[in-house]
Amino acid sequence: MNLFAPLEGLADWLTYGVLNIAEGSRLGESVAFFLYDVPKILLLLAVVVFAVAIVRSYFPPERTRALLSDSRLYVGNVAAASLGVVTPFCSCSAVPLFIGFVESGVPLGVTFSFLIASPMVNEVAVILLLGMFGWKIALLYTVSGLAVAIVGGIVLGRLNLEHQVEDYVWEMRMGEAHVERMTRAERYAYARGYVREIVGKVWPYVLVGIGIGAVMHGYIPTDALARYADSGNPLAVPLAVLFGIPLYANAAGVVPIVSVLVDKGVAMGTVLAFMMAVVALSVPEFVILRKVAKPKLLGIFITINFFTITAIGYMFNWVLG
Amino acid sequence: MLIEVLGSGCSKCNELEDAVRKAVARYDIDARVEHVSDIEKIMSYGVMMTPALVVDGEVLLTGRVPSVDEVAQILKR
Repeated sequence: MNLFAPLEGLADWLTYGVLNIAEGSRLGESVAFFLYDVPKILLLLAVVVFAVAIVRSYFPPERTRALLSDSRLYVGNVAAASLGVVTPFCSCSAVPLFIGFVESGVPLGVTFSFLIASPMVNEVAVILLLGMFGWKIALLYTVSGLAVAIVGGIVLGRLNLEHQVEDYVWEMRMGEAHVERMTRAERYAYARGYVREIVGKVWPYVLVGIGIGAVMHGYIPTDALARYADSGNPLAVPLAVLFGIPLYANAAGVVPIVSVLVDKGVAMGTVLAFMMAVVALSVPEFVILRKVAKPKLLGIFITINFFTITAIGYMFNWVLG
Repeated sequence: MLIEVLGSGCSKCNELEDAVRKAVARYDIDARVEHVSDIEKIMSYGVMMTPALVVDGEVLLTGRVPSVDEVAQILKR
């Protein structure tokens, strides 16, 4: 059953009734698509972000770090990637977080698993995929995002790159960790604030993204891109990842475009690999990471991510194709 | 008292500083407000999530931006 059927009816009514656009016309399809998708996505976002924020209030980074310190390769990487999903993370805190982790004995590879998973598998990305493609694709994205983080962290850990971390990081003195105890009322206030923050930040992207999506939906023939980027083109995946890495957009901006690309015949794996690269890797993030990692480590980090994401993209295309 | 806002210049850190300054002004609190962006100093407080609010050397809040009134409440404790 479609939970959003009333919204769809409302969008159709507004488009064809109130605005009086001819049914079946390109303009009509675009407008109806826009009017249906915008409230649907915003509604989903608000509800799930609230729930996620409540969960997050129980996982301050101090707790996550305590769970991960002295952890081993493999097990530690799996735990770090999973905790990366529930621990609140903002790229502006990446430096203190990184230092806090390695200082207290979280292995470098495990720290990287956390740092890859945290932005990649975030609630905004997963909700949007859920809203536009259903639970199978959302689940596939989540699992493969975790896989990229785990594999990437293990490879980085095996390379013993501790000397490629900026020296001052190891000399840093870390103060006693502070954990804020929250009351239930504070948790709710935190979650409400979080919803305001995320939805407030993300809604213009949703409008623009769905707007672009709506135009393409109405005006570009289905499968127009299939010729270039279906699963038969072996270069499509690495190229998509290469394009996606420097691009910076949050999940909200990219998913609507993703949905259109899929609609127009680009293979699912190619598109999801593109999305992972856009969401998880970006130039601003590299600038921040460069503060704690020497250039060589940063280069290795980017390279490993490129290969793991590309591999996942091929796998998707193979599984779904 | 000495109020330090720890943050590396992200937008949320500036929001917290704003809230603190407003709270200090609104409730006429006698305090000096400083914005600390030095990573070494931030780490010395054991903070991993910016922005953070430190009052007279004690970390009272990390990783979120509370309302002006909540800041005032924290400061009055």
